[in-house]
This record gives sequence, structure tokens and C-alpha cells, in this order.
Amino acid sequence: MSSNDVTHHAADDHNHDHGDDHGHHGPAPGLMRWVTTTNHKDIGTLYLWFSLVMFFIGGAMALVIRAELFQPGIQIVDPMFFNSMTTMHAIVMIFGVVMPAFVGLANWMIPMMIGAPDMALPRLNNWSFWIMPFAFTIMLSTLFMDSGGPAGGWTLYPPLVLQMGDSFAFVIFAIHFLGISSVMGSINIVATIFNMRAPGMTFMKMPMFVWTWLITAYLLIATIPVFAGAVTMLLTDRYFGTSFFSAAGGGDPVMFQHIFWFFGHPEVYILILPAFGIVSSIIPTFARKELFGYDSMVYATASIAFLSFIVWAHHMFTTGMPLAGELFFMFSTMLISVPTGVKVFNWVATMWRGAMTFETPMLFAIGFVIMFTVGGLSGLMLAITPADIQYHDTYFVVAHFHYVLVPGAIYSLMAATYYWLPKWTGNMYDEKLGKMHFWISTIFVNVLFFPMHFVGLAGMPRRIPDYSLQFADWNMIATIGAFGFGFSQLMFVYIIVKCVRGGEKATAEVWEGARGLEWTVASPAPYHTFETAPTIEPSTVTR
Amino acid sequence: MSTAATGYYVPHDARWPIVGSIGLFIFFFGFASWLNDGAFGKEMFFIGMAITIFMMFGWFGLVAKESEAGTYSPQVDASFRLCMMWFIFSEVMFFAAFFGALFYARTFSGPWLGGLGGGGAEMTNAVLHTGHDYVWPSNGPGDVGGKFVPMGWFGLPLINTLLLLSSGVTCTLAHHAIRAGHRKPFILWLLATVTLGFIFMGLQIEEYIHAYSALNLKLTSGIYGSTFFLLTGFHGFHVTMGAVILLVVAIRAMRNHFSAENHFAFEAAAWYWHFVDVVWLGLFIFVYLF
Ligand SMILES: [Cu+2]
Repeated sequence: MSSNDVTHHAADDHNHDHGDDHGHHGPAPGLMRWVTTTNHKDIGTLYLWFSLVMFFIGGAMALVIRAELFQPGIQIVDPMFFNSMTTMHAIVMIFGVVMPAFVGLANWMIPMMIGAPDMALPRLNNWSFWIMPFAFTIMLSTLFMDSGGPAGGWTLYPPLVLQMGDSFAFVIFAIHFLGISSVMGSINIVATIFNMRAPGMTFMKMPMFVWTWLITAYLLIATIPVFAGAVTMLLTDRYFGTSFFSAAGGGDPVMFQHIFWFFGHPEVYILILPAFGIVSSIIPTFARKELFGYDSMVYATASIAFLSFIVWAHHMFTTGMPLAGELFFMFSTMLISVPTGVKVFNWVATMWRGAMTFETPMLFAIGFVIMFTVGGLSGLMLAITPADIQYHDTYFVVAHFHYVLVPGAIYSLMAATYYWLPKWTGNMYDEKLGKMHFWISTIFVNVLFFPMHFVGLAGMPRRIPDYSLQFADWNMIATIGAFGFGFSQLMFVYIIVKCVRGGEKATAEVWEGARGLEWTVASPAPYHTFETAPTIEPSTVTR
Repeated sequence: MSTAATGYYVPHDARWPIVGSIGLFIFFFGFASWLNDGAFGKEMFFIGMAITIFMMFGWFGLVAKESEAGTYSPQVDASFRLCMMWFIFSEVMFFAAFFGALFYARTFSGPWLGGLGGGGAEMTNAVLHTGHDYVWPSNGPGDVGGKFVPMGWFGLPLINTLLLLSSGVTCTLAHHAIRAGHRKPFILWLLATVTLGFIFMGLQIEEYIHAYSALNLKLTSGIYGSTFFLLTGFHGFHVTMGAVILLVVAIRAMRNHFSAENHFAFEAAAWYWHFVDVVWLGLFIFVYLF
């Protein structure tokens, strides 16, 4: 081990090609390269491939759910398995797809965006990733145990979740394990952004993606330990005879919901703030304009993060709470639409009178703005306590959070992939296939989720494998949309693989209107970038 | 090779993380099996724990060696500092969950079970928990775990408070000593801190034995027992960790590892120790006193 191998160069003259790879420290050969790597680009790649694989595992679970709901009655799977599919689908998509994919993007892009040689703590970075496959092995192994996987919903409400079989303990420890990974990954990102910025890269010169990740990392460090505490209490209630969530012993099952959602609501911003950052990078590029209202974007992100800590009980309007509590959480929740509205306004204003072109990343970004707003508006409806009492636990809620997560978070990930793929691989992806992927996905995603608004408002409950006859038509349509959307994602894989293997060579700048340091290095980005920090002048365009 | 690093050190070829992942995987899998009386659960639990501890010694040992070789620039040092600060913040939030449970039970759910606080509480109490009056410490309307005597604040808890507070003082004295470059007093104050920590743990164990044998106060004694033992238990675990870390720092100090300028390993341990101290004060006030 070359422990004293300091990457140290004499400050070279300031030339604008910062991609100076002097031919040493290339990737190690063989499979062990990926196991022992400390390179932020390698680790980013690992995260991204991992989440792509998990995307199809979680997607297959969703298709089991939709297949069962194709027609009323119990058709394909038994109700217990159906419930464990809804539970696992959520756990996989949240902790195995969206979060690791964002961390992967953070790994790849943040050091390049702020002019750093690597992440602040490269070994810790390796560990954060290499926990994921092991933790998900524990999580997914529960599906093959006698008692089946967790079936009480990803929110793990007691007393229901305490009634599940032996696999319960495995689920809890898998969550602890994943939590260790998230917290370490976030600490690394915070340390990188605070400590590794190139000279002259002030906070207000950072790209929005870096800002949103800084705030996301803070949310993660603040809430994942609370989640760990909550599931620890579940564990001791189940195996060690404590009474946290049992009224007989003076505890309260509702208390779990409070602690859980204190984590759970900031968690939904963890799933969307980096998406805001991605879209804020892409739209200026293809509108060939500076991001409108950068400062207000930063403040809006910070306000959303602050508000996310004082709105949690909007998930519990029907569980029982003093009236003052219901009112407080209703108003604080509605307040979030103000900073979110600022963001949507800024994206639209950035496009206003821009010299717009519509390459695939831009299509996904615009799709994000429109369809995320649809999900945001149904969220506003759900925030109103008296209305929520009607909507609670119906498919309307399912429609709401899938609109913000699928054409929201997932679309931002696809936009990011198309946007940075030429930088990662050095090749352009197939633009025609990319556009086709966008349009097919967008049609099917709406066929899939829009009908859920109707059946939800009409009263169809979520998490039930059967439903009453009047919901049959729309459910059939939603299932067709689900299979269409699911299988069209094979195109995404095909386009990525094709791009990795070859294609039209990309320039360093890749996009005509691209802004920021990552576009000053060669494509593909050299294994090491910015080993000598670039000098950022006040006039340098960094965002 | 180099003694005063200027570039940012990016290590290569990290082997300890994968060892840690395998160790924790075996540990968690074994623990879960053990809880369900599964085959080899206990064995896997201990093997996994051993691998994890081995990994920690290996990893921290490597970092210590690199630090001694002068591999780390001030910027690397700043990364370590940020890392430790945010790690402690995450620990604070972990304890916040348990304090939150305590406050919620005492301010909301406890009184509601006793029929106080309006809404439907009175009716629920009359129908479901007839005759149950809420008084803290409580083990609920079911009298879960049977009659118990709550842990008073006088005696062992008070002595423990004084012990931990004085260990905070000795820790600070150690810091002053190393900053002045006095190695011997540094080591002595460190060892004093470690000793106070271990005495604290001994008394804590004594207190638990007393609770179980004389007071009938158990982990199963309703919400009071649950919050009491989980809060003090997790705190005790952290004290043990902190004392072991300080002990390792003391051993490194004896091997002449630290200088007046370069002693972050000690500072990180000291921050951790003060954090553990502050958590105890919260415990003493909200678990024991009131
Ligand atoms: Cu929420």
C-alpha cells in the first residue's frame, strides 16, 4: 500500500484545460479495482449501476402489484405476498434506487463541479457504497424466509408490524445497516463541500446541484439517526419486552408515527432536493441562459429544508391529534408551497425568451417541472386537514406521491443520466432513441398514475389486493400503463449500454450552452481531475 | 517520503471497508437469527463483531500510521474535523429520538391514558382503562412488569454525575497539557479521565443490579422501564466507547504520537467525551430528577 503517495504537483500555469491526468494512479486492473477503489468517479459509477439494478427489482415488484390489480378479486398472488410487495417496492425504490442514485451523482459530479481532486474522505466513501449490496442482501433475503418479507407497509407502523414473523429482526437490522451507509455518505458530502472547494469557489458560486446536496446531506444526518432510534424501539418492543408503543405499558402506537414521520417527511425532501439541483443545472444549459433567481433558489431550498422539520404530522391527520396540532401542521405544510412555487417560477423564468433546444435531458427536465407540479398541487390538496380526512389512505395519496417521485425524482435521474453520460463515457448517446424513451415513458407514466386520482377520489383504498367493481376500468388502464412504463425502461438500459460501448465522440463542453467546471475537463473525464486546484476568478462561470 | 504534505492526500486501494461490510453483515445477520433462536445466530453475532473490531483497529491504525508519517496536510485535517463534528451531530439526533419518546409519553400519551387533556381522553379512560390515574413514573394502565420503585436521583446517580463532570475537567486539563507540550501530565490526565469513565460504568452496572434485585425496576417495567433503560443503556454504551477511545489515545500518547500542534485524535475523542457528558446531564435532569 503506497501510504505516502501524496498527489502533489507544482502549481502549473493556469490553463483552461484542467483535465491534467499525468498518467499515474490509473484504475487498478481486474475486479478488485471496484472493491478497493477510492476514486469518486468509480464509486459514483458503482452507485449508479447498483441503483439501476435495484430499479428493475423494485419495478418488478410494482408490476406484481399492478398485475394483481388488473382485475378485481384475488387473481395472482395471495394477500400476504401482495402486502409484502407493496412494502418492499417502497423500501427498494426509496433506499435502493433514488437515494443511492443521487449519491452516485453527487460522487461523480460534486468534486468536478467545485474543482476538488476527490471526495474529502475517499476510504469512507468506498465503505458507504460497499455497505449497500450487503444491507440489501439482508433486506431482500426476508422474501425467501418462512415468514415472508415485511408486509406492514414501509412506514412500519406498530402494532401491525410487530405481528410479522421472524424476518422482522432482519428488516430492522437491514435498515440500521443502510442508515450507517447514508450517514457516512452524507458526512462525506458535507465535508467535501465545506472543505474541498477550489480557491475562489465561494458558496454563492456553487452550482445548484451542490447546494441542494449540501442541504440534503444535512437533512440525512439529522433524520436517519432518528429513524434508527424509532426502529430500535420497535425491535425492543418486539424482542425485549419494552412498552414504547403499547398503551398497556403507558406507551402509545401513535408515538411511533410521530417519531417515524419526523424522519419520514424530511426524507421525502431528501428524495427531491437533489432533483431540484439537477433540473436547475439542465434548464439553463438548454435555454442558453443563466439560471433565473439563483439566490432565491438557494434560500428556497434552505426554507424547504427548515419547514420539512415542522410538518411531519400531516401524515397523521386521521390518527388523532389535538385540534391545535391539526391546524398547525396544516398551515405549516401549506407554507411549503411558497418556496416550492419560487422554484417552479424560476425554472419557467429561466426558459422565458431563452434560445431553447429540446435534447433528451431538457425533455426530461421540462417533463419534471410540469408533472412534479401536478404532484405538488395534489399535495396541497392533501395538506388541507378536512379534505385529507377523505383522501387519507386512498389511491389519491398513491397518485400524489408517485407523481412527485416517478415523473419527479426518477425523471430527474434520467435527465441527469442523459445530461452527463457524454461526460462520463466520452460518447454521445443515441439522441433519437433518447427522445423516444422520453415520449413513450411520459405517455405511459400518465396512463399509469393519472387514473389513480379518479379511483382515489372515488374511495379506492391503497394497500388492498382487491377492490370493488366500480374501480375496475381505471385499474385496468393503470395496469396497462404500468407494464408499458416498466418495459419501456429496457430502452433506457439499451441506450446506456450502447453509449458506454461507443458512439459519436463528445467534446469537452458537450452541450453548447453548458456552464460549470465539469465541462472544462475532457470527455470522458480523466480518472483524476483537478489534482491541482483550478483558480476561480470572480468572472469564471461556475454555475 | 514526504514529511510536510502540501497536496490533498487521496488514498488508494482501500481494503478495510470491505472487511467492515463483511463483518457488519455477519454481525447483523447473526444478531437477527439469534433473536429468533435461529441456527448459528449467536456464533455469527460474535464472529461478525470480532471482524468489525478487527477492521476498526486496522483502519484507525493505518490512519494513525499515515498521520505519523506526515501524509496529511492541514486540509486533510480539516476534513477529519468536519467528519467528527457531523458524526457527533448524528449521535445527538439518535439520542433525540429517545428523549422525544420520553417527553411524548410524559406530556401527551401518559396523561391521555389517565383521562386528562380533553378530547375523548376522559371517555377512553372510563371505558378502557377504568380507575387508571396517570402519575409519572408510570408503567401504564396494564401495570406492565408489576409494582416497581423508580430510581431516585440521590446516591449513585448523583455520584455518577459528579464523576462524569470531573472527567470533563480532567479531559480539558489533558488538552491544556498537550497544547503546552507537556507529555507526562497529558498522559496522566488522560488516564484519570479513562479511570473516571470506567468507575462510572462500574457504578452504572451496580445501579442496574440494584434496580433489578431491590426495586423490581426492569426493562419490562412499562414505559418508565423502557425509557429509563434504553436512555441510560445507550448512554452507558457510548461512555464505554468513549473511554476505550481515550484509552487508545493514551496508549498512542505513551508511544509519543502527539505533539503540541498535531493531536487531532485526542481532540476528536475529547469532543466525543464532552458530548457523552452533556447527554448525561440531560439524562440526570429528565430521567432522574424530574
Ligand atoms: Cu410529509
